Amino acid sequence: MEILMSLLIGVIFMSATYLMLSKSLLRIIVGTGLLSHGVHLLLLTMGGLKRGAAPLLGQQAEAYTDPLPQALILTAIVISFGITALFLVVAYRSYQELGTDNMELMRGKEGNE
Amino acid sequence: MSLLHLAIIAPFILAIFVPSLHKALPKIHTGWFLLPLPIVLFSYFLSFLPQIIRGETTMETLNWIPSLGINFSARVDGLGLLFSLLITGIGALVVLYSIYYLSKEKEKLNQFYVYLLLFMGAMLGVVLSDNMVVLYGFWELTSFSSFLLIGYWNHRERSRYGAQKSMLITVFGGLSMLGGMILLYLMTGTFSISETIAMAATIYGHELFIPALICILLGAFTKSAQFPFHIWLPDAMEAPTPVSAYLHSATMVKAGIYLVARLTPVFALSGLWVWLVAGFGILTLFWGSFSAVKHNDLKGILAYSTISQLGLIMSLLGLGAAAIHYPAVEAGFYTVAVSAAVFHLINHATFKGSLFMMVGIVDHETGTRDIRKLGGLMSIMPITFTIAVIGSFSMAGLPPFNGFLSKEMFFTGMIRAQEIGFFNMETLGLIFPIVAWVASVFTFLYSMIIVFKTFTGKYQPEKLEVKPHEAPLGMLISPIILVSLVVVIGLFPNIVAPLINSVMASILPSLVAEGMKFDVHIYHWHGFTPELFMTIGVIVVGILLYKFMPRWTGIYNRMPEKFSLNSAYDNGLAGIQKGANRFTNAYMTNSIRTYLLYIFTFLILSLGTTLIVKNAFVLDTANVANIHAFELVLVIIIAIGSVSILFVKSRMTSIILLGSVGYAVSLFYAIFRAPDLALTQLVIETVSVALFLLAFYHLPKVNKNEEHMRFKMGNAVISIGVGVVVSLIALSAHSSKAFDSISQYYIENTYKKAGGENMVNVILVDFRGFDTLFEIAVLAIAALGIFSLIKLRLTRGKEQG
Repeated sequence: MEILMSLLIGVIFMSATYLMLSKSLLRIIVGTGLLSHGVHLLLLTMGGLKRGAAPLLGQQAEAYTDPLPQALILTAIVISFGITALFLVVAYRSYQELGTDNMELMRGKEGNE
Repeated sequence: MSLLHLAIIAPFILAIFVPSLHKALPKIHTGWFLLPLPIVLFSYFLSFLPQIIRGETTMETLNWIPSLGINFSARVDGLGLLFSLLITGIGALVVLYSIYYLSKEKEKLNQFYVYLLLFMGAMLGVVLSDNMVVLYGFWELTSFSSFLLIGYWNHRERSRYGAQKSMLITVFGGLSMLGGMILLYLMTGTFSISETIAMAATIYGHELFIPALICILLGAFTKSAQFPFHIWLPDAMEAPTPVSAYLHSATMVKAGIYLVARLTPVFALSGLWVWLVAGFGILTLFWGSFSAVKHNDLKGILAYSTISQLGLIMSLLGLGAAAIHYPAVEAGFYTVAVSAAVFHLINHATFKGSLFMMVGIVDHETGTRDIRKLGGLMSIMPITFTIAVIGSFSMAGLPPFNGFLSKEMFFTGMIRAQEIGFFNMETLGLIFPIVAWVASVFTFLYSMIIVFKTFTGKYQPEKLEVKPHEAPLGMLISPIILVSLVVVIGLFPNIVAPLINSVMASILPSLVAEGMKFDVHIYHWHGFTPELFMTIGVIVVGILLYKFMPRWTGIYNRMPEKFSLNSAYDNGLAGIQKGANRFTNAYMTNSIRTYLLYIFTFLILSLGTTLIVKNAFVLDTANVANIHAFELVLVIIIAIGSVSILFVKSRMTSIILLGSVGYAVSLFYAIFRAPDLALTQLVIETVSVALFLLAFYHLPKVNKNEEHMRFKMGNAVISIGVGVVVSLIALSAHSSKAFDSISQYYIENTYKKAGGENMVNVILVDFRGFDTLFEIAVLAIAALGIFSLIKLRLTRGKEQG
């Protein structure tokens, strides 16, 4: 399972990178969203998968899954949501103001920074 | 903190109060508040004189960073005392002079005097520190204050240019000097100068010895305006004249000479030191005096004259260092060069200081310093004329002034250079007296130009902006004191002899036995020696050249401006700026994609290389969880979903695909025993998709950004690279556990310490509560950003288009 997940994570990272390198602002945002999914799965996989019960003491289990990556991922999910929201508003506003969502056209000109 | 430290710091302390004094009492010229300080300091340093002449030195240490061997150790010996007296003595005279020179109505006196005090303190620090790091700090501070003072009239373009030039050249030298000091530290293990001197014999021959020597000399040569670094000094003349008299003739430019003198005991064992110091010195001496003659600006002449005189002192110090090679040679044979250097150092400060002040007076009273416009001022400004005559004749080396005596000693030192027996000095040594003689002819020549072109000849009032008259008494006091010294030292040279002896003991410590002293006596009359005939020759040829000036000055036009050092500096500076600009623009393209490319490429290269070099890739197939069929389905959904986003044209589809990947990930969380994550992910994914759709509503419908094939291929290569590297890392991270997990602690303590049953929640809100707090802060900042972005209106853009 871990090996399969590792390969899947590679695929997600690849797609995310490709999207982020494109010119369209929306595709870049979709890329960052995808990248954060990849990172979360990577964290989870590194900790080992399906080793024992869910990290709830009420389960009275012999072994529990590592809770630490989960805590990290929970934080990361929330933060990546904040980033996505901010990016979307940036895209929306810059399209409104500049009339384009093409990154190459949005480049700052010399002395205009 | 001893009294000695206080003396060094006193100027800085006073500098703090100068602006408020200036503001509180605008009626009184700020200079009056300063004047007592250098006078008090001068008397304080004078009180060291008896013990220094007895041969005792004082050392006071203030611990600063003892663990690194960096302490504020102040040491008073002959050399340090001589410079301290010069700094405070000339400093007092310059402050007095500046009170009359700078108008309290028009000038920003608060700034001027803060800079001046800054310089005074820094310069005292340079000459009294026994610790090289401290010395370096003060050294750079003198460069900074010099920069500020040259650029004091900062509305003038030339001032700013001169300030920048001096800064660049002297700071370059300063950094190189720091390098040399660190090299010395590597050899000796101490930053203390006196301890380094004690170890001089052991470090000679070390492989770092020559690099250290060259680095230190670079620092000294740039500071003391030695050829070819002299070009900053003429441009530094844009500073107000009191500053030129103080920093750029009497004190700061002598810091390099101080450094050479101070470190002579360390480096003089090397013939290279003798050869470099003497060679560059004599070259500078000649070039400075030769260039001075062609100038029409009085301050320009004085600037080149200063360069040439600094070269003179430098070359003498170099030749005098030969005494350390031949301690057996009769006492005084080579050391005469060192005594000449020290004596000339004193004399130069007196006559050059008075000449600068004289030029300032002429400038102040006539409105020009151009010798083509000046002339016939003798009867109008008789006192100034007298000052000029005494100062110039001393500089030219005429009896009975002090310059004559040091020039005779200088010739003696140069003639004896032929005896030095290394680097072919036996044959090449003849060059020294010849070049010295030629340079003296030019020195004589420009000294005469200063006096006679300004004060005799035809009076041309029509070319002057104001009607000239004699300067006020206050302005004359300082130069009069200096020229009186010129005369007194000239007539009774042996009053400074004890000081010279103790200075020589600092420069050549290995030559004085315990309890012994150098014994220098200076005479006017030596009999009919070669030195006397050289002087007579200088006067005769000098007068002839002066008479026939128009016939031969054409040679100066032969040298094309294009090949001068100044244009090399200007072009070099412009070239560096252009090159830096081009280099920066080459990679700073303002395109996000390019920057992301750098990041991803770096990621692939650094992580990929680490994996290979450290041999970190391991694949452990034994310890893995099993795969269920529905998990396989989820994997396929995510893989297809994420890859197909790349190919869809419609934005709606890509958002839906992203959403499906997100929901599939939340299902994975559920499978992998992470119920909290699954719940959170479900909620967040839903909100995200809603947000995307909301933004999508406002964005253009058709994606018109057609991308080239090459562009796509490049992106594809990078993306595949990133994917492969991340996969490899994920596999290795799973397969090799370098450390035990720290999670056991949380599992054991969740209930015991935090009283919760949900480990993830307890970690978030209790064990790692601060993380969560900051996470909330991030969300709040994002919310603020979103809010202000929505409110923001680019009014500037609207107006333009």
